[in-house]
Amino acid sequence: MCRLDKTFPTNDCSACILSPKMADCGGHPNIDVLTYHEVLKVDGEAGDFKVTVLKKARYVNPSECTGCGDCIAKCPVKNIPDKYEFGLVNRKAIYIPHAQAVPRVAVIDKDVCMKLTKGKCGNCAKTCGKGAIHYDDKDEEKVLEVGSIIAAPGFKVWDAHVATEYGYGRFKNVVTAIEYERMMCASGPDKGHITIPYFKVDPNTKEHPTKVAYIQCCGSRSEKKGWKKYCSSVCCMYATKQAMITKEHGDLQEDIFFMDIRSYGKEFEAYIHRGEDEYGIKMHRGARVSNIEENPDKSLTINYTDDQNNGVSETFDIVVLSIGLAPPEGAEEFAKTLGIELNQYGFCKTSVYKPLETTRPGIFVTGAFAAPKDIPTSVAEACGSSAKAGAWIVKKDFEPCAPKKYPAEKDVVGKEPRIGVWVCHCGINIGSVVRVPEVVEYAKTLPNVVIANESQYACAQDCLESISKAITEHDLNRVVVASCTPRTHEPLFREACRDGGLNKYLFNMANIRDQCSWIHMHEPDAATNKAKDLLRMAIAKAALLEPLVGSEIPVTNAAAVIGGGITGMNAALDIAAQGYPVHLVEKEKELGGYARNFNFKEDGVAVKDYLKGLIAKVEKCPKITVHTGVTVKDIPGFVGNFTLRLSDGHDYPVGGVLFAVGATPYKPTEYNYGKDAKVMTQIEAESKLDAGQLNAQNIAFIQCVGSRNNDVHYCSRVCCASSLRIAIKIKLANPMANVTIFHKDIRTYGFREELYQKASCLGVRFLRYPVNDDLPAYDGKCVKAFDCTLGETVGVPVDAVVLATGIAPDRENKENLAKMVKVPISKDGFYFEAHQKLRPVDFATEGVYVAGAAHWPKFMDECIAQASGAASRMLTVISKDKLISEGIVAGVNPNLCDGCGVCVGCCDYNAVSLVKQQDGSLKSEVNAGLCKGCGCCVASCPSGALEQRGFRTKQIIAEIDACLDYPVGGE
Amino acid sequence: MADFEPRIVTFCCNWCSYAGADGAGVARLQMPTNFRIIRTMCSARVDPEFILRAFSKGADGVMVLGCHPGDCHYIGGNYRARRRIALLRLVLEQYGFDPRRLKLEWVSASEGEKFQKTVTEFVDVVKALGPTPLQKEAN
Repeated sequence: MCRLDKTFPTNDCSACILSPKMADCGGHPNIDVLTYHEVLKVDGEAGDFKVTVLKKARYVNPSECTGCGDCIAKCPVKNIPDKYEFGLVNRKAIYIPHAQAVPRVAVIDKDVCMKLTKGKCGNCAKTCGKGAIHYDDKDEEKVLEVGSIIAAPGFKVWDAHVATEYGYGRFKNVVTAIEYERMMCASGPDKGHITIPYFKVDPNTKEHPTKVAYIQCCGSRSEKKGWKKYCSSVCCMYATKQAMITKEHGDLQEDIFFMDIRSYGKEFEAYIHRGEDEYGIKMHRGARVSNIEENPDKSLTINYTDDQNNGVSETFDIVVLSIGLAPPEGAEEFAKTLGIELNQYGFCKTSVYKPLETTRPGIFVTGAFAAPKDIPTSVAEACGSSAKAGAWIVKKDFEPCAPKKYPAEKDVVGKEPRIGVWVCHCGINIGSVVRVPEVVEYAKTLPNVVIANESQYACAQDCLESISKAITEHDLNRVVVASCTPRTHEPLFREACRDGGLNKYLFNMANIRDQCSWIHMHEPDAATNKAKDLLRMAIAKAALLEPLVGSEIPVTNAAAVIGGGITGMNAALDIAAQGYPVHLVEKEKELGGYARNFNFKEDGVAVKDYLKGLIAKVEKCPKITVHTGVTVKDIPGFVGNFTLRLSDGHDYPVGGVLFAVGATPYKPTEYNYGKDAKVMTQIEAESKLDAGQLNAQNIAFIQCVGSRNNDVHYCSRVCCASSLRIAIKIKLANPMANVTIFHKDIRTYGFREELYQKASCLGVRFLRYPVNDDLPAYDGKCVKAFDCTLGETVGVPVDAVVLATGIAPDRENKENLAKMVKVPISKDGFYFEAHQKLRPVDFATEGVYVAGAAHWPKFMDECIAQASGAASRMLTVISKDKLISEGIVAGVNPNLCDGCGVCVGCCDYNAVSLVKQQDGSLKSEVNAGLCKGCGCCVASCPSGALEQRGFRTKQIIAEIDACLDYPVGGE
Repeated sequence: MADFEPRIVTFCCNWCSYAGADGAGVARLQMPTNFRIIRTMCSARVDPEFILRAFSKGADGVMVLGCHPGDCHYIGGNYRARRRIALLRLVLEQYGFDPRRLKLEWVSASEGEKFQKTVTEFVDVVKALGPTPLQKEAN
């Protein structure tokens, strides 16, 4: 993910959302990060594994290396293709894999290092001021004792050389999507200025593209030798993203060539429309590119068949191949080591009912190793497999790691501020624009500043340690760092303050990189002045900072799961497996949810049988209390302390709430449904078929009824695969049946592509009708539609019409629950999670989670995996004895409060209330557990009684004054 | 007035616009240097008092940037900011301040370009308006 530029569908910068996660893992007291290690052997069994790992010699001691890069500058071995940049640039023999690497430590490539291969050189050891280089480093084996294992080796990109017709490797300007990702990226080799690759060979040619083509399904969905039969699930979306981002770099023509566009995920369909309508990306539906030719000027001509079966040629500057996802390098060896099985495609073998489990108990799988999938799905599953893995640790009476010990906090109340300042060069990121030494000298002249230092990398371990030490040595009671952004690095510096015995809220940051040196790169004078101003403002505020303590919030160690379907039951079992009580609420009289209507088998087991077993397991589980036939009245409270108020009059205290309320089938009004006996839904068709009552020779399936139209914009995800499954059943039972599927796109993503191939082989006919609001016509005898492939209207006589009705959100029911805990609903009517990529099962409201079809339409295996994910997130709260609230909450000065109540209406979290005092007066009070620290009430208070800690009025005023009391740039 | 460099105080909310400003940096989008950012957790924390304070201390312009309507990290804080600013504009006008000196804009965490555009355009607007009337009085 760190190699990607942006991520769909939010177009978030990939590195920026990933880096803090990597830093978290690197610094977490319970996580040992073993990079550059290889698993050799896994002995033992679930709950008691012995894993032998090989620590490979990196010839650099990670605890001594500061990642300064001096050694790299002095290394004479150049021209080693940089794997991280896919060979687009070269690296040295000693290198740091990439700028955000965790740990940010150099490693020597032993195959090319002159010292290690020939015994000559030794520059890096001579250069390293820390003596971190050790040429005598050896590989080492060690054994880890663990209760469970999660396999997450990811995927490998498909080798585009196999597609010889596209000329990858022969034609310079044909690139793979992942290479193109680096070409677009600001931190990539072209610094984000998309350059035609041939320009680097011959600077007399065109430098920037004006026409870019994207060819989909490169390596996927084909029977060709060396290609993959499955759909890689993510390429349609990433190509559209790349086209959108490219458009933002400059106005140019972009064309995407594809068979079907597969935008089945949450808000994906809207994203594709945005690409087409707002960005003007040309979409060539049903266009398979036959080959690519290189012209003398190195531009590329694409030959393809358009949607009317005409041969067309068009010329482009760059062709991007949307290459698919293949099993990770060495998957077979890896599987053998772990003792797990792979599936027919070489990915980890899982089953529909156990999507996170490998074939060996105690070993779980997550991410693209199980099947090609996108980031949100991988994140939700990662949470899920950690819940599964956690259950095995709990069983072993696992001793949790001791919490980190800090020195006692220094008493600073009433003392003169003594501020220590660190100004960061950030390599050349700040230092090449802002004159850092000048800023440091300036800082020394400011009031309350005791010491001011410059630092190459303020975030490097050595600087963090010097901050902690200086707090004692110079008796500092405030710390200010001028560097990057507090959004990513504040926690790191706060931790350093805490290590030095200073309350973490006595720290402040000036953002002189992201918001100064990076955006004023050509104005060193103005940027230096601005850096001084920003630092002065930060120091002025710092002088007024106070130590804060988050209040302790007790936690009820129990969970509420709303919805007793497959998702809810699986989540309840995962929570119970770790020993916590669960209240499972189902509004119907029996458990099972919508899956009770399913008449099919998955992996050879009927859904109904699976459901029966699951219900029995839930009902037998001593930790789960099932409440059927009741609804939720209200859920007052806040994280760790909710009350589940049910319609039967009972209240239950719970620490967290999971919404697994599912969705509802779309009820068709089209095609005279309900009146015409020939017209039925998929579920009805399947039960008739199973009962032998589908007496029809000519059957038409109509896709996208109640989806992808002007009222319901989204794709319901599951209907294509369901229609195909039923069509296959029909054909197997009656090979002479005429089955026609009317569709816009067939969206059998991932391994479900198998259904599409099988149906085609069995003679199911596919008729693609135009992507607009009109459905195929039906007159009681015949279904008629414009066939995009034939280019004319075709009528098919029918005895049965099966409507692929979509999934409706059941918005009203969702809104009722949403209001109780203040969580948002997306524009399509499903629950809206905290962050589509990184917190896919969390709500912004802490302690409330979502999973299953309540989040978005999805298949059963996806619901089960997501249920485990939500269970895991729930466990992070309810397994704690207490939570510490954020210190920046609002507080009331009762002496100033008039009890007017303006603040009460202002708070979206019900954190502020008017409370009758002993003298009968009304005073506002803030519940620190409910307060999110937005400060809205503070700004609303007419009498100045409310304050936001950490953002007090006087602190912000001090910043404003410091900004303006001086001429720009100080004296 | 060709060399007039306005001084602009900018309030950014932690979740969207401050992140958008960082995003502009990550994408290396270049823009005028005239603005200084003060971070609050939400645009709703921006007390009208802060804006008046900035103007009274000689700011030539003030920007308040928040999350897009419907996207507020705190559910509805930006709607409240919008109402407050609308009122404050009326007040400013009565005191002889051109209300265009106060700008409210929505910039999401992913909109580095919009941040750049907003800053650049606002600097132009304030340049055209000239120095704050308070500055003239002081002179």
